[in-house]
Amino acid sequence: MKKDGKLATFVNPLIRENAILVNLLGMCPVLGITTSLNNALGMGVAVIMVLFFTNTFISLIRKWVPNEVRIPVFIVIIASFVTMVEYLMKAFTPDLASSLGLFIPMITVNCIILGRAEAFASKNGVVDSMLDGLGTGIGFLISCLILAFFRELLGTGGFTIRNPFNNELLFSFLPFAEYKMPIFVQSSGAFMMFGLILGVFYCIRMMMDEHKKEKAKKEAALKKEAENGAPVKEVK
Amino acid sequence: MLEVFKLLMIAMLTSNVVFSLPYGVCSYLGVSKSKKSAVGMGFALTFVAVLASIICYLLNKLLVLWNIEYMSTLCFILVVASVVQFVEMFIKKFSPSLYKSLGIYLPLITTNCVVLYICKQVVDMDALLGGLSLTNSIGGEFGDFIFMLVYSIGTALGFFLALYIFSVLRERLQNAPIPKGFSGVAVGLLCTAIMAMIFMNGLVGIF
Repeated sequence: MKKDGKLATFVNPLIRENAILVNLLGMCPVLGITTSLNNALGMGVAVIMVLFFTNTFISLIRKWVPNEVRIPVFIVIIASFVTMVEYLMKAFTPDLASSLGLFIPMITVNCIILGRAEAFASKNGVVDSMLDGLGTGIGFLISCLILAFFRELLGTGGFTIRNPFNNELLFSFLPFAEYKMPIFVQSSGAFMMFGLILGVFYCIRMMMDEHKKEKAKKEAALKKEAENGAPVKEVK
Repeated sequence: MLEVFKLLMIAMLTSNVVFSLPYGVCSYLGVSKSKKSAVGMGFALTFVAVLASIICYLLNKLLVLWNIEYMSTLCFILVVASVVQFVEMFIKKFSPSLYKSLGIYLPLITTNCVVLYICKQVVDMDALLGGLSLTNSIGGEFGDFIFMLVYSIGTALGFFLALYIFSVLRERLQNAPIPKGFSGVAVGLLCTAIMAMIFMNGLVGIF
């Protein structure tokens, strides 16, 4: 799966180095707003926008920023972009902005954004930083959507999707509405669901790693056999 | 007086900042590996949060006066960052032993959502008290200030409490037989879910 070059900077943060699931950064919005797919999508798009622009901007000015004051400079840049996104959302998607509430300005102190600015954008070129910002943002969106999918399904018994621009009902599918468990829409349900998803994710990763190790062992054994003059088998 | 006490209890217990609206989860999971670091972080955060919220409360009056409220996020985060820097320098100068125990947690507070959350909440005391169905019983600007102080102390102490309980739990969890994939953060989050149920759904009837 390991790729090099430009593609890797975009693809790796999606799942392999997912900021939420693997590095456990910036979980407050993930736990807070994933009560519905709608909110998760809105928050994900906001974070993608902020990450993309801050990463681009910081990597543009990285050579002029003295090392001692870089953190305050980054924070000011992040806060300005977050404020822009906040007011854009308030103007164009007022219902979404009101249901996300304080979580939008709180993107400023999200560890992912400062983390990517510090670890990647302040050291790499503009195109790489753009791709990294997009990849990390989409990885954030993916983990938000996974959590929101289960929470909305269990908490409300189905899915309701609204058009964020005019709050029109687009799609409503509530087959289990009679069996809903409202605790999953509360924050205690968020902790529980995220804990379960994280555990399952780690289990799958461990299984995959073990599988890879066994495969490598088998290949090494086959190679040894071939070197010793035994009949060569095809390796899949 | 009763209202003030009620606000303190609500901010600390029933609408605990970690459990009811997950803010500050990163440092909650990150700094809870041992009891000692949890206590250090808790004290440092309480101090910074109270100081920063007082400054932000007064600063917001200026922002309203000049009609530039849209700058609030930018100004508040700068206030938080400079208060953290100031406290770090102050402690370093006057109490090196305290600096040794708190020093490493101070820079982490800048990116802790709890402080900025408190600063953002206290600037609109009417909405905050209305949301918790309380009234400003002291009245006037002075009452607002007292309530704001109590709210910031309560919220910060709530974070401290959550962090301390979780760090104690986590020390126990290290010796528990947990399936391999779930050990560490995953089982910690499941414990947090149970604590959140206790704090939010269990204590909510008292206040």
